[in-house]
Amino acid sequence: MAEFTPESAGPDDAQKLRYYQKGTFTVGNRLVDADARTVQASEERSNALTCGHRACQGCGEALGARYALDAAMRATNGKLIAVNATGCLEVFTTPYPETSWQLPWMHSLFGNAAAVATGVAAALRVKGKKEVRVVAQGGDGGTTDIGFQCLSGMFERNDDVLYICYDNEGYMNTGVQRSSATPPAARTATTPAAGDEPGNVFGTGKFVPRIAVAHRIPYVATATVADLHDLERKVAKAMSIRGARYLQIDVPCPLGWGAASHDTIRLARLAVETGFYPIFEAEHGKVTRVRKIRKPRPVTDYLRLQKRFAHLFRDGHEDPRVTRLQAMCDANIEEYGLVGDDETSG
Amino acid sequence: MLKQIEGSKAMAEGIALCRPEVICAYPITPQTHIVEGLGDLVKDGSLTNCEFINVESEFAALSVAIGASAAGARAYTATASQGLLFMMEAVYNAAGLGLPIVMTLGNRAIGAPINIWNDHSDAMAVRDAGWLQLFAETNQEAVDLHIQAFRIAEELSMPVMVNVDGFILTHAVERVDIPDQDNVDAFLPSYEPVQVLDPDEPASIGAMVGPEAFTEVKYLAHYKQTQALRLITKVAGEYRTRFGRDSGGLVRTYRTQDAETIVVAMGSVCGTIKDTIDEMRDEGYPIGLVTIVSYRPFPSAALRNALAGAKDIVVVEKAISVGMGGPLAIDVDEALRNLPHAPQLHSAVAGLGGRPILKASLHRLFREAVVQPWEGTQFLDLNVRVVGREIHRSAKTRRSGPTAEALLRQLAAEERDSAEKGRL
Amino acid sequence: MAHPFAITLDPGSSLANRTGSWRSIRPEYVHRLPPCNDACPAGEDIQGWLAKAEAGDYEGAWRALTVNNPLPAIMGRVCYHPCENACNRKAIDASVGINSVERFLGDLALEKGWAFDKPAEETGKKVLVIGAGPSGLSAAYHLRRFGHAVTIREAGPLPGGMMRFGIPKYRLPRDVLDGEVARIVAMGVEIVYDAKVDDILAAMREGGFDAAFLAVGAHIAKRAYIPAGEAAKVLDAVQVLRSMEGEDKPLLGRRVVVYGGGNTAIDVARTAKRLGAEEALIVYRRTRDHMPAHDFEVEEALEEGVMMKWLSTIKNVEAGSITVEKMALDDKGFPQPTGEIETLEADSVVLALGQDVDLSLLEGVPGLEIQKGVVQVGPDMMTGAPGIFAGGDMVPSERTVTVGVGHGKQAARHIDAWLRGETWDPGPRHELAGFDKLNPWYYGEAPATVRPVLEIARRTSTFEEVVQGLDETNALFEARRCLSCGNCFECDNCYGVCPDNAVKKLGPGRGFEFDYEYCKGCGVCAQECPCGAIAMVPEEK
Repeated sequence: MAEFTPESAGPDDAQKLRYYQKGTFTVGNRLVDADARTVQASEERSNALTCGHRACQGCGEALGARYALDAAMRATNGKLIAVNATGCLEVFTTPYPETSWQLPWMHSLFGNAAAVATGVAAALRVKGKKEVRVVAQGGDGGTTDIGFQCLSGMFERNDDVLYICYDNEGYMNTGVQRSSATPPAARTATTPAAGDEPGNVFGTGKFVPRIAVAHRIPYVATATVADLHDLERKVAKAMSIRGARYLQIDVPCPLGWGAASHDTIRLARLAVETGFYPIFEAEHGKVTRVRKIRKPRPVTDYLRLQKRFAHLFRDGHEDPRVTRLQAMCDANIEEYGLVGDDETSG
Repeated sequence: MLKQIEGSKAMAEGIALCRPEVICAYPITPQTHIVEGLGDLVKDGSLTNCEFINVESEFAALSVAIGASAAGARAYTATASQGLLFMMEAVYNAAGLGLPIVMTLGNRAIGAPINIWNDHSDAMAVRDAGWLQLFAETNQEAVDLHIQAFRIAEELSMPVMVNVDGFILTHAVERVDIPDQDNVDAFLPSYEPVQVLDPDEPASIGAMVGPEAFTEVKYLAHYKQTQALRLITKVAGEYRTRFGRDSGGLVRTYRTQDAETIVVAMGSVCGTIKDTIDEMRDEGYPIGLVTIVSYRPFPSAALRNALAGAKDIVVVEKAISVGMGGPLAIDVDEALRNLPHAPQLHSAVAGLGGRPILKASLHRLFREAVVQPWEGTQFLDLNVRVVGREIHRSAKTRRSGPTAEALLRQLAAEERDSAEKGRL
Repeated sequence: MAHPFAITLDPGSSLANRTGSWRSIRPEYVHRLPPCNDACPAGEDIQGWLAKAEAGDYEGAWRALTVNNPLPAIMGRVCYHPCENACNRKAIDASVGINSVERFLGDLALEKGWAFDKPAEETGKKVLVIGAGPSGLSAAYHLRRFGHAVTIREAGPLPGGMMRFGIPKYRLPRDVLDGEVARIVAMGVEIVYDAKVDDILAAMREGGFDAAFLAVGAHIAKRAYIPAGEAAKVLDAVQVLRSMEGEDKPLLGRRVVVYGGGNTAIDVARTAKRLGAEEALIVYRRTRDHMPAHDFEVEEALEEGVMMKWLSTIKNVEAGSITVEKMALDDKGFPQPTGEIETLEADSVVLALGQDVDLSLLEGVPGLEIQKGVVQVGPDMMTGAPGIFAGGDMVPSERTVTVGVGHGKQAARHIDAWLRGETWDPGPRHELAGFDKLNPWYYGEAPATVRPVLEIARRTSTFEEVVQGLDETNALFEARRCLSCGNCFECDNCYGVCPDNAVKKLGPGRGFEFDYEYCKGCGVCAQECPCGAIAMVPEEK
């Protein structure tokens, strides 16, 4: 920012566009070169997940899946196969007799998407179809819980699979139960907002991206549906690498989070800007880049939009556990060095 | 080529001749040497164009095979016992998706109590999953059945499980004729999938199917299995023509001509039964054997044919459907049900958890069936004294603890007693 | 491929499932009123012409601009740009430099010689405009565009009115003024100079005019009673500034005192400095924050060495000195005398206390109403006399060039309608696109461009233009800082953020369309529209 002058920002300079253009964070822009726009801005995007699916209004997962797969489709020239774990995404896209997928897609079980993808990758290798690539995808339940063993196996073997976890922080398909990705204090059907410690218990759960990093696989990243440029760049980067890759996308769930359907992207943005959901990339076991927060926001901005946290604000009082959630965000900001103007290597 | 070879290794060589493209290996306990053997062949370069994948669990093993098969590769894996149960969900899934995977099941017991020895509990646990289940009597047949299995699986687009008795076959070294590659290649064409994950022809495989079509999907799976009855016979016939050996098929008969008593069994125990029958025939007993090779699809018609003239049928099987009896006996009973003069059916459960099935016991069992038929299911060579005492003890004491442990304690006490008596 | 029944499905078959039936509210593309447009006294579609400038279509931008205002090069210098005060961007970093882009376009048009189109058809109607100031020129331009024959009668020798005789050259170079006037004349507008109208009705009758627009301005300096000695030199601001346009420059002496707190006071003080005064002192009875003058002008004056004496009234003027009384503000902010007296040296005193309108030409016009020295007009800018309209400084309003230009446009529209026996209805205004309608996350920080300013030494010795223009790079940058409040700028957000792919992209310049067959009405598009161009409306049964 400091060294910026208008003269230094030519219209072709995509990196400096953000300081230059209105709408530089938008999906597209009529005034910039096509390659500085997102895949989603293009009329030629593949719409790997098309109209007529049965996701709820404002579904973050539907959005995240189209974003990620369209980007992967572009990166592979349409030579892409998707393997899907059981879950919302599977159910709302493929109820007989209709499917919303426009790419070769397969669903096997809740917990085996990573392994099935390994098998697909092996078959492609043995068949000499090097150009065809595989994506495995699932929700957080199918990834961090029931599918975790297969996921870890795929990682440690360094199989040529990009695994995408659409993280909506709970088992939404089955009626909003807790998963190991459910944040503390969140109310779910199995962590009711009652008793001494209402909602999900503090000190439980796991952040699988860091576990993925511990496998020292070539590439791990987190992203959200709020920053499309960032998400697409990460998918493209992932597809440029062979071996096991993991991308976890924060996909707000209006139903499970008790949020307005129009706030899906807003919530994803707040999850980032509060430090609630750290956005980073790691290569071969090391964190290489973090998505900086332009202006950190208090966690309450994020919490107040969601009924799953409503018990923290009952009768106009702010529950002391809000402080613990803020501390959690602060710890993320500190750990990843999230506050700053620009993305940096580190 | 004739070889003195361990069953597992022989099967590995036979499977390698089928040119599998993806092999998933997980060393479930109890483990066989089949995938190890295949791993060696891949590593030393004798099996080319094959991905050998060390997976982290049996669930993953079959899941990887599912993915590979759906993407158009010939996929193979092997399992046993607990491993099969751990992959149970994928077992149903592979069948439901109609993926022609071939899997060896080194048949073993299922715990608790944990037990690594042979019986057919594992195979029976997945009999309703939709796989074809073939049972090998010898290691020669085990090798031959695998070659036939790929052919059947791929023609039908259904998965096939080749059942081989754990330890008794898998770890036994015997003479096996390993077919040559040219003949196998001629017998088994390369895999042409019915459906495949292909960017040029995208489709969604594995849709959610509701009440409006689920029955039809299941009916079609069942229909496919009834079609398989004919195919299995045909493939066995072609195999005989090319390799000059009777292997596979639906059922096999042994000395059933004029037999008034016919034993029905599956797997390696048929060898012992044949020896027993030979001895009893020598003594003048009109007795024979029907070996079931294809358990799923169940060859009801062939069986009915083979058994129609007998007075007594003795089903000897290595599994127990707890609370019901021998599952094979139930299936045989179904085959006989509508015969006008149906023979009397006697059910015996034998060899559970690897207990040896002795000729002496079989002699006794087959005679008893005729002269002193029993009610329900007989447990061959059951230690009645131990069981009786445990039943008495647990009847007296509530919360008497696990029966298995109590039985073991009791057996130990008896041995101590008899040793003491011996000293006296 | 022949698929197994039910478990395998053909791609994209869910298109058969019309999820639009789930909807209870629907998104609609709307146009909301950008705050800049809302604030512009001349009624410019600022957002509209900035959008063209952003794309590098400067001529298109200039043409869009001049639909409403024929004087962009002048505006870009003298307009006090209420648009920038209203600009939503100031909540992000700083307002868009609309005025500087306008000047860039205006200057570019002069440089390139872009001309206005002549009317396609002549109506045969004749309209008389009195006064060639901003209001009169604007009215003439718009009336001419409608195809009417327009004659301007100007009392002075040159066009521009207060733009020439009130605004110093260092703020508005005369070649710029002349250039923009010439362009209006080239459309076929006739200007008659030194032709003061004394009787409007007679003038109309004699010239055969169907209607008249009065825009004579306010050129008579207000006087205040200040006891003054014989030799005391007391002048008024109008007189001083007017004489700057003539051969003989005013003689103000070494120490000049300007009395007043408006922009005119500042102009006079700064002019005095340039004429060689050692001291130019503004005496004002209240404090700086109460001054009617614009802050940036006060700032520029201070930079140039103009001094200010707040809370003071002039009690007496003698030769070479003045007596002032110190004031104090009461609770309501009004100055009250304190009795504290001070004497200051002064060679001349210039009174800049405001101006009155010369209403002599309206005597005897029936129906015409005058209150507090200004002509009363209706919402249609017509006076009580049918066919006689008025605007600019002579009607009740804020007295700025831009307001005058706006009056001219409004009056022209009403005159045109009136000539056809109709009334002009502007239609309802769009809902305001306030900051709350935007999603500012999508706009990156972009600091405002600062216009170059002439160095101080030259500012106090010459009448060169103080504030310089932007070059093309700067102007483009500045234009692209526009948030496009309330109007789609084709950022593709709605197209990208729809979880149901229910937005159709129609191609460049054609915008987007909702696919109501599939739109579930989640509202993400409206929430994520950066510029507030989508509204959610209840679905009708």
